[in-house]
Amino acid sequence: MTALLDIKDLVVEFPVGGRVVQAVTRVSLTVQRGETLGLVGESGCGKSTLGRAVLQLYQPKSGAVVFDGQDLTKLSPPLMRKMRQRLQMIFQDPIASLNPRRRVGDIVAEPLIIAGVTDADERLRRVRAVLTEVGLDPDITMARLPHEFSGGQCQRISIARALILEPELIVCDEPVSALDVSIRAQIVNLLEDMKDRYGLTLLFIAHDLAVVKAVSDRVAVMYLGRICEVAPTETLFRTPAHPYTRLLLDAIPMPDPDIRPVEGVAVGEPPSPIAPPSGCRFRTRCPRAAGRCAAEMPELVALPSGQMVACHFPLI
Amino acid sequence: MAAVRRRTGLLFWCALGWITLVLVLAIIAGVLPIPSPTDMDIFARRKGPSLAHLLGTDSLGRDVLARLIYGARISLSVGLLAPVIGLSIGGALGLLAGYFRGRFETFVTGGVDVVLAFPPLILAMAVTAYLGQSIVNLTLVLGFLGIPAFTRVARAATLTFSAREFVTAARALGAGHARIILKELLPNVALPLGAFFLLGVAVTIVVEGALSFLGLGVPPPAPSWGVMIGEGRESLEMAPALAFLPAVVMFLTVLSFNLVGDTLRALTDPRQGAL
Repeated sequence: MTALLDIKDLVVEFPVGGRVVQAVTRVSLTVQRGETLGLVGESGCGKSTLGRAVLQLYQPKSGAVVFDGQDLTKLSPPLMRKMRQRLQMIFQDPIASLNPRRRVGDIVAEPLIIAGVTDADERLRRVRAVLTEVGLDPDITMARLPHEFSGGQCQRISIARALILEPELIVCDEPVSALDVSIRAQIVNLLEDMKDRYGLTLLFIAHDLAVVKAVSDRVAVMYLGRICEVAPTETLFRTPAHPYTRLLLDAIPMPDPDIRPVEGVAVGEPPSPIAPPSGCRFRTRCPRAAGRCAAEMPELVALPSGQMVACHFPLI
Repeated sequence: MAAVRRRTGLLFWCALGWITLVLVLAIIAGVLPIPSPTDMDIFARRKGPSLAHLLGTDSLGRDVLARLIYGARISLSVGLLAPVIGLSIGGALGLLAGYFRGRFETFVTGGVDVVLAFPPLILAMAVTAYLGQSIVNLTLVLGFLGIPAFTRVARAATLTFSAREFVTAARALGAGHARIILKELLPNVALPLGAFFLLGVAVTIVVEGALSFLGLGVPPPAPSWGVMIGEGRESLEMAPALAFLPAVVMFLTVLSFNLVGDTLRALTDPRQGAL
């Protein structure tokens, strides 16, 4: 396997009322061709920002996003526009990500038009094919407006739009978080099917650990703009190395009233990203924090178990 | 269609009917069997309704019905064309300002505030004094004065829609600025702008009437409703109908445009909220 996507020391900053918030702080990650990398973390930890920065929807302050050997941050706008055909995105809010005033047929055909497919018959043929692929009847859906569909159906339309150019990488930004629990499995299964069929590589952003466990080959855990831990899914869920990963796993509710909530783990709210703690970002909530954690920001290092962890005192 | 009718009510259709009637009469005025609106009959001044003059004559012996219908031509063409100027220029400025933000937006909103702060009556007087009194000049002045309002409506709507994910999705697909503005934003911004346009028509008809009443609008002897009210004022005691009739026609027309505009906005708004 070769790395399709290589994120190197990526920094994304936003100006907020005269100050600067670093939403993503020196993040390095690789995604292998054909794998699904799950990216989890609390709301506001910067995981969506990271996903969008990969697609150059935000201009990174520094660092590189190397896709198939080319640094996207250094591509000229015309070349980047061309490159976008190989990178697609699926959004969290299925209804807001579709233009309420355009018909579904036009929405799904839009990538083809932008990519310069001028033959209207070919566009129609491909739109019909991809709609069928995601489980929608083209005859019924194409002439309708998005608000005539349910959230799950809208997400299928969104997936069809992302697939029609047969991209290599799809960034899924919480694609099932806004859906009913009963619909989630369907959409997750659809994504899995499409991944096999099109040989996709997925960067799967979510805060729902159950979903991430189901779809990911590897999982990266993010906290306040930093990556805490990257590990194969099985390893991460069985033996978390970072105290924050442990906290997330312990927070999964168990469907058994006799199980006591785990004591002695971190509590409270994450600190404000405007003024992050010195050293390790997690130290203010970490049960194992020591003096060194305040002084020195831990970097990702490989453990013998095969997982990467950014902690001075890993759990294993 | 049935659903639309249930949500609009009888009043909407009455208003639409009145607007259609006035529009049609104004368009076919030339072929209607009515006297010329400027032919004077000095011996039949301020006559009541008769077969020759269905609504009587004014203080110069001109046919009131003919003047009302020809007046509709002027009042409606000014009332429709001036907001078109405001809609196209203001709408474009607002869209661009709301989409690109930054320095251009600051410049546009600043310019809009300057125009809003300028007294409209002074501007109308200045233009008539320097460029002369004509229907074209009047339309241009009223159109210019309408630009700020349309800019604000367009910018506010664009700001809302630009933040929605479908715009991000279009950017992620590699769509250029022009394509995003025309294909993604314009269809959405067009709805509130369209509803606002109808309100703009109503306001413009009133302002045109007021300016003509003050002698700053349409030059005589061309009839406009405002001119007719102004002329009727002079014989208010002898023949109140001369001022009253054009006032009623203007009132009904403005009310109708307001009603239709409001209803269309109400029809489009809740669905927008639900999306």
